Amino acid sequence: MTQDESRTDTGRQAREAAAERAAIAVRPEFQRKANGSSKEKVFELKGVDVLYGGVAAVKGISMDIHRKDVTALIGPSGCGKSTLLRCLNRMNDLIPNAEVQGELLYHGEDLYGPRVDPIQVRKLIGMVFQKPNPFPKSIYDNVAFGPRVLGRKDDLDGTVEKALRSAALWDEVKDRLENNAFGLSGGQQQRLCIARCIAVEPDTILMDEPCSALDPISTGKIEDLMVELKEEFSIVIVTHNMQQAARVSDRTAFLMVELDADEDNRWGRLVEYEETEKIFTNPSDRRTEDYVSGKVG
Amino acid sequence: MTEPGATAPRNRLAVAGARATTVAMLRNQPRRDIVLNAVFAGMLLLAILIALAGLVALLAQAFVKGAPALSTDLFTNPPSTAFPEKAGFRPAIIGSLELIAGVILFVLPVGIGAAIYLEEYADKSKWWNRLIEVNIQNLAAVPSIIYGILGLAFIVRGPLDLGFILAAGSLTLALLVLPMVIIAAREAIRAVPDSIRQGSLALGATKWQTIRSQVLPASIPGIATGVILAVSRALGETAPLLLVGATVFVTFDPTPFGSDGYSAMPVQIFNYAVRPQEEFQTLAAAGIIVMLVVLLAMNSFAIWLRNRYEQRW
Amino acid sequence: MLQSQKPRYGEKAIQGLLAACGILSVLTTTAIVISLIGPTIGFFEIVPVDEFLFGTDWTPQFEPPSFGVLAIVAGTLNVALWAMLFAIPIGLGAAVYLSEYASPRVRKTVKPVLEILAGIPTVAIGFFAASFILPEIIQPLWPGELLGGAVGKPFLALAGGLGVGLMIVPIIASISEDAMSAVPNGLREGAYAMGATKMKVATRVVFPAALSGIVASVVLAISRAVGETMIVLLAAGSTPNFTLNPVEPIQAMTAYIGVTATGDISTGSLDYKSVFSVGTVLFVMTLAMNMVSIRLVRRYREVYE
Repeated sequence: MTQDESRTDTGRQAREAAAERAAIAVRPEFQRKANGSSKEKVFELKGVDVLYGGVAAVKGISMDIHRKDVTALIGPSGCGKSTLLRCLNRMNDLIPNAEVQGELLYHGEDLYGPRVDPIQVRKLIGMVFQKPNPFPKSIYDNVAFGPRVLGRKDDLDGTVEKALRSAALWDEVKDRLENNAFGLSGGQQQRLCIARCIAVEPDTILMDEPCSALDPISTGKIEDLMVELKEEFSIVIVTHNMQQAARVSDRTAFLMVELDADEDNRWGRLVEYEETEKIFTNPSDRRTEDYVSGKVG
Repeated sequence: MTEPGATAPRNRLAVAGARATTVAMLRNQPRRDIVLNAVFAGMLLLAILIALAGLVALLAQAFVKGAPALSTDLFTNPPSTAFPEKAGFRPAIIGSLELIAGVILFVLPVGIGAAIYLEEYADKSKWWNRLIEVNIQNLAAVPSIIYGILGLAFIVRGPLDLGFILAAGSLTLALLVLPMVIIAAREAIRAVPDSIRQGSLALGATKWQTIRSQVLPASIPGIATGVILAVSRALGETAPLLLVGATVFVTFDPTPFGSDGYSAMPVQIFNYAVRPQEEFQTLAAAGIIVMLVVLLAMNSFAIWLRNRYEQRW
Repeated sequence: MLQSQKPRYGEKAIQGLLAACGILSVLTTTAIVISLIGPTIGFFEIVPVDEFLFGTDWTPQFEPPSFGVLAIVAGTLNVALWAMLFAIPIGLGAAVYLSEYASPRVRKTVKPVLEILAGIPTVAIGFFAASFILPEIIQPLWPGELLGGAVGKPFLALAGGLGVGLMIVPIIASISEDAMSAVPNGLREGAYAMGATKMKVATRVVFPAALSGIVASVVLAISRAVGETMIVLLAAGSTPNFTLNPVEPIQAMTAYIGVTATGDISTGSLDYKSVFSVGTVLFVMTLAMNMVSIRLVRRYREVYE
């Protein structure tokens, strides 16, 4: 525990949340996380760089993401959290001059291998976006889109119901599945997007600041959802809300912007990656400590 | 800030003074300015009124002149120079319908296809894609009679060598309005937000699946409106058809591939309009009324379609 | 866990098909150029280029025939001149009014009505020009024998001009109004705050700011006027006449093409080829104007968007 008194609310709240979790963490049912290295790895990143048009956006990212963990990526704006996230399901492929270098393994296989099908990758690794983006179709068709596209058409009704239940949305929409998804509130739309993602039965779900466009109550519901979902899925979440990271994640990675000598180019670097309690209560790196205590924004 | 009590009266005085000055300035606006402004505004209004008057006069004159000839005969009878009282537009009406059926058949797949290619697949930095874009903008402004020349040299004769048949006329008109359809379809596709595509792709859909299931359905209202407007343009075009064999005096119902000639509404109207006799002038005007009514209906439908189904994101 | 990449031939095939649709536009332009070039070259093997480009007698039916294209170019420009003299003040006036003076409700009703004018078939406008504008407006109102007088002539360049003018008013009005509406309100407010009158704001601030869009609309309108066939055919006549006199019958390039190509001419004859040489002149003229207009529109769109 650092001796520094936090000078801002955010840092203090984060620490309180972390302490709370630390208290919970010693309970036996959560002991499985205690030894991180024995848990199966979903992603292994070794020296991953991402360049847009030859200019580096993130450099030298090395970390292992574990199965059925909630892994949070935090850091100030522009540090490349979303860029890094998008590497994990090859959404960066859609950007014309994007390039991913280094080694990125998914369950031990090279995610960027020459014979790997990005479409296949995205079926296994789903994504929820910052601003809810339901399709202009009915609620049912939104959730059914993924399975239909995959050719998994038998018992579509059952799949849709299961996905909506898992997303804690079923009770609210079960009587109006044919209604247009645009009629839902922001929080409901985001849970619909989560349901849509779940319906494809991925093994990992990536979330890019999923609550930043939502009100606090919806945010709370989705955070609770995340804790439930991690029983079944591995989750990687980008967030600039530190309390959120402290509340929901098992491990947290802190990224920061680095400038080159003449301050012309900037890129993101991984500063520290630890169990969440440690990041928020006893970080090893000074920069991490400055960030989580609110000294730097 | 010091105590509000002391400055409030001062502020009020200052504001009142400023207001009085401004009002005095405005009140003393030179007469010349006021008059000039009024005259200017008046002239602008006059401009609009003249334009509207022109439109109204055109419509009114057509209706007044053509009303006497309005009857069912107009739709059922073939044209006739010997008996203008019994003359009608039947072959021309059928010809026009067949022509635009052919136009739609061509323009829908090709226009939407080109629009999808340009918006979803083409790399905008490559020069050949920019060339295609400039080309389309250009073709949209080429005089319609040049398309007639193209039809004559390439479709009727030349490589396609279809002869002076209705299908050739259809193809010529289709090429004429194709740029319009492409431009409208592109705008409709562009209006679909990228977040929808991202959401679809992130679920493991392929690019084409995304286009087919998400982008296209969402852009259909815009595309439909564009197609309807293009079709109404094609309906009213005369010049290109003159060059590709829309012979004027066809008295039988034309067929798409028949080699006995064909006619179309605007061409028939033209033929009546160049004859000085009063009866033919009346017939021409009647034909104009029919065309205007059809075009008005089509455009109103297009506008209704757009308002009803337009997706608001 | 990761399957190897499927070839996805379907996707590639679809992409190819779509590209083909896009390429069709380039093919169309190529086809137009090819259609024009062949017979045009054949034409110039018989008729000397300088007689064509600089001659003022267009009499293909005479023996020997004379192919001075300036006669019909003059006809086209004659009509275009009166069309622009009508359409520019009316179109711009309407645009300024709709953009700066009209309430949103008025604008919402009037703008679509002007668009109707753009959708009227040219044969209808031509009919109106020949059967109404010519006898009921020009002939009664034209001062006597000025420039030869208007009475007694079945075709007048001015009738064609006014008809074409009416047709192109929506082009000028619409594009100019778009350009003016795109001018940021901040510019207007700054001027008003300095005590400028509405007229001054419209003419000194908005108009110059929207200038490239306005010029683009005018250039596009000229291009349409030059390329118009039916109105000039019905109202301006088929008599080649090297003059800009409004109260004379003339023949425009488009009208010549229209009349000749539908008449009794055999492929390969000189008359047939002349259609293509005139077509080339027309195509080149409008192409130049369109390129200018497209570039101007792109520039004004870039500035504000």
